[in-house]
Amino acid sequence: MDFQQHGYRATKPRARASPPSGGPLLFDDTSSGPPPMNSQNFYSSEYNMAGASAGGQDPGVGNLFADPMASAAMMYGSSLANQGKDIVNKEINRFMSVNKLKYFFAVDTRYVMKKLLLLMFPYTHQDWEVRYHRDTPLTPRHDVNAPDLYIPTMAFITYILLAGMALGIQKRFSPEVLGLCASTALVWIIIEVLVMLLSLYLLTVHTDLSTFDLVAYSGYKYVGMILTVLCGLLFGSDGYFAALAWSSCALMFFIVRSLKMKILSSFSADSMGVGTSAKPHFRLYITFALAAFQPIIIYWLTAHLVR
Amino acid sequence: MAFTLYALIQTAILFTNAIAVLHEERFLSKIGWGAEQSIGGFGDEPGIKAQLLNLIRSVRTVMRVPLIAVNSVCIVLLLLFG
Repeated sequence: MDFQQHGYRATKPRARASPPSGGPLLFDDTSSGPPPMNSQNFYSSEYNMAGASAGGQDPGVGNLFADPMASAAMMYGSSLANQGKDIVNKEINRFMSVNKLKYFFAVDTRYVMKKLLLLMFPYTHQDWEVRYHRDTPLTPRHDVNAPDLYIPTMAFITYILLAGMALGIQKRFSPEVLGLCASTALVWIIIEVLVMLLSLYLLTVHTDLSTFDLVAYSGYKYVGMILTVLCGLLFGSDGYFAALAWSSCALMFFIVRSLKMKILSSFSADSMGVGTSAKPHFRLYITFALAAFQPIIIYWLTAHLVR
Repeated sequence: MAFTLYALIQTAILFTNAIAVLHEERFLSKIGWGAEQSIGGFGDEPGIKAQLLNLIRSVRTVMRVPLIAVNSVCIVLLLLFG
């Protein structure tokens, strides 16, 4: 159950210039400026040790690399690994912008706590605007209204583990079921994002909602699903339906308030005056349809777990 | 309704094939969905119908060649693995 601990407490707030400390890095945290010192130190120390022993100086120092052939092979291997890493990065950058993706994972513990609270109880939150900083949206670290991909990813993984546990409690578990559950949930997210993209395109709504934003907003329902399944396991059928009602209402409110700013009041570049396009009520329909879809899919994906 | 990823791929291929086989002059013009009817004036934003026609035409143009490849692969796989 390593993942469950990892899920909500792993990240620490990072100062701008301090190198990352403790533990292995999960990814290069270049969002705070200078590259991490770990990889550079690793390689330079490699080279130092290999260089010292390749010079045939002091066999006591580079005991690991006493054989010059092994040290040469180690240098060649590390340079090859570097090249491979560059090639992979270049190829990935062709399909999706990795920097844009890093924006969504720039979170810290405070943000995660506040966002989870907001997802489950959004009724007292006053200000739903996403704050900007000179034309670029603020990272989730500084703005609690910004969408992120960390919570949806972790919630998805937690949901899969929870589904496995629920099935195991009812003695209906088998490894294939886990994979099936995971791919079903993933497919539903993909379908939802595609339908949203299609409807936003057809109604020529010019928003700044990128694909990743939509994935993020779709992924927030997993938090509600986890809560529902937990209550269903702990308190039986009544608890399940109560938690379902609660998280559905909270999630619907959250989605409508968050997307209202982005969809309903977006200005197109070439429209005269303060106007929406010809059919402003369609935008309302889209938002409400998306909100109404959430309870349905929550019920669909969790009902079989708490029968 | 349990979906596998393979079902998603199949659905996507079937949908794209369905859009790609809509013939321009034999079918779409007959029901008033041809390419020339979608070009409105400039100025106001295109409506839903124009966007839809645009989408159909662009899917046909872009996906014609990749669909040949994908369909061939699919046929071979289905023949081999049933």
